Amino acid sequence: MSQLALVIDLNVCVGCHACVTSCKEWNTSGTAGYMADMNPFSKDPTGTFFNRVQTFEVGEFPNAETVHFPKSCLHCEDPPCVPVCPTGASYKREQDGIVLVDYDKCIGCKYCSWACPYGVRELDEHQKVMKKCTLCVDRIYDESLPENERKPACVMACPTSARLFGDVNDPDSEAAIAIRERGGYQLMPEWGTRPANHYLPRRKTRITIHDDELVRVDNPLKKERQLPMPDSDEPTLDDITSW
Amino acid sequence: MHPAFSVVFLTTLIGVGQGLFLALYTGQLYSVVKVLPVQDSANFYGLGSLIAVAFLAAGLFSSFFHLGHPERAWRSAARWRTSWLSREVIALPAFMGMTAIYGLIHYLGWNPVLFTFRDTFEVDLSLLVGAVNTALAFTLFLCTGMIYACIKFLQEWATPLTVVNYTLLGSASGFMLATAFASHQGSELTGFYGGWAIILTLAALLTRISSLVRNARIKHHSTLQTAIGVRHARIEQKAQGFMSGSFNTREFFHAASPAVFRAIKWFFLVTVFPAPVLLLSLGLTANVLFLYVLAFAVQYAGLIAERWFFFAQSNHPQNLYYQTVG
Repeated sequence: MSQLALVIDLNVCVGCHACVTSCKEWNTSGTAGYMADMNPFSKDPTGTFFNRVQTFEVGEFPNAETVHFPKSCLHCEDPPCVPVCPTGASYKREQDGIVLVDYDKCIGCKYCSWACPYGVRELDEHQKVMKKCTLCVDRIYDESLPENERKPACVMACPTSARLFGDVNDPDSEAAIAIRERGGYQLMPEWGTRPANHYLPRRKTRITIHDDELVRVDNPLKKERQLPMPDSDEPTLDDITSW
Repeated sequence: MHPAFSVVFLTTLIGVGQGLFLALYTGQLYSVVKVLPVQDSANFYGLGSLIAVAFLAAGLFSSFFHLGHPERAWRSAARWRTSWLSREVIALPAFMGMTAIYGLIHYLGWNPVLFTFRDTFEVDLSLLVGAVNTALAFTLFLCTGMIYACIKFLQEWATPLTVVNYTLLGSASGFMLATAFASHQGSELTGFYGGWAIILTLAALLTRISSLVRNARIKHHSTLQTAIGVRHARIEQKAQGFMSGSFNTREFFHAASPAVFRAIKWFFLVTVFPAPVLLLSLGLTANVLFLYVLAFAVQYAGLIAERWFFFAQSNHPQNLYYQTVG
């Protein structure tokens, strides 16, 4: 059974919010309908967003680093928001594992938002129904689009390719390979929700250099001992120059 | 969590309705086994049931203000197999309807004796309907409590104490009202109801204190480390992604200052438990109707604060993502 999901690489996310605006732009004009924008040009603007980028500081100066953290619905394989819905408006699709809301059945009781530990469901202030990331379900199957554009809007927008999209249950998909080979992990594993979306950790590229790699210790001919060492600011060509 | 007054009123009002019915039926049951004197059907059970239905209806009415689309509320009975909310949506009207039927049977006198047990105890129709409705009353307490207790990551709620507290607090307030009602009707059951109101209130005090103690020592499983999946002792949010509010900042934070939060806790600890018990004890010695009514009113006001605190005290793990605006 396939399970579509996003794999977000925190190592390359630069926190530009392009995925946020692209998501809002696509979905406010898509099947999710108009996404509320209350007071957009005045004090305290607020509105519905399916995706947000947050910023965290890990460590303390000078050993600190900034982690940009995009957050949207994780399309859990065991979604706690679905069974609590009293009307059945909240459901998980059999064919691709996308968790969706039927806007015509939702009564806007907000119970599913209480039952989501990640806080990725929002009550739309305009339509008064629960809304959430659809993985651009109205885009990824659209055959009028070129095949390489049948991806969620956030994935299309990401300038650093920090967002991978694919079937995480297909071992050969780009997303599944990234999870497997680059340490993909899930958020809040303690609740057993089995999020389908994974995150790739920050990685450091380090090279360990030992002293004996800088100063030559094994010198069978002891050549350097017989002659004065060159000055440290002069160029050296260890094995070629004869003293 | 942000306490919604629609839900605060729903849960407290139906609690009173359920408790009042349980009080009425307990009185009838005791009179059948000839422990307590028989009451007038129409004026006591009929009118009492009407008051219970009025409280239940007020609670139901209040619940509609919680919905974005109240006109679709009928759909919410669909998923009773998985959702406690759906089960409550079925249990509440069922209990309301049965309470109305119980009241009508008494009021209109459609109360034939079905059979006689050991030649002394007469089992009539209302006794049977009442027995079924008692089961419904407890089912409704269970459903209401489980709506909150079943969300495992709202750790302050995820305990059997939630269901126990809803049951005991609802029953206590219902028996408190029954005392005032019995006194108003000049019934001999005033002392019986008053005694049980005190016992139930003290029992609720024990369980509510237990849940407060439990919640004060709670260790939350989710941390900022598990929330973003970075293992480091010091992680600090620098931006939540937007400047002014969103659903996430409105729905899951109670926004009261710590001083107000503590004040509300002490307000309900006084007004739900010792104050009405004291007023009721005074009332029972002097048999003054006003004191009974006051005891109920004080306890109900306290229950509103208690329910507010119940919601506000619960920490949703999503709050970890919304600690700093930017």
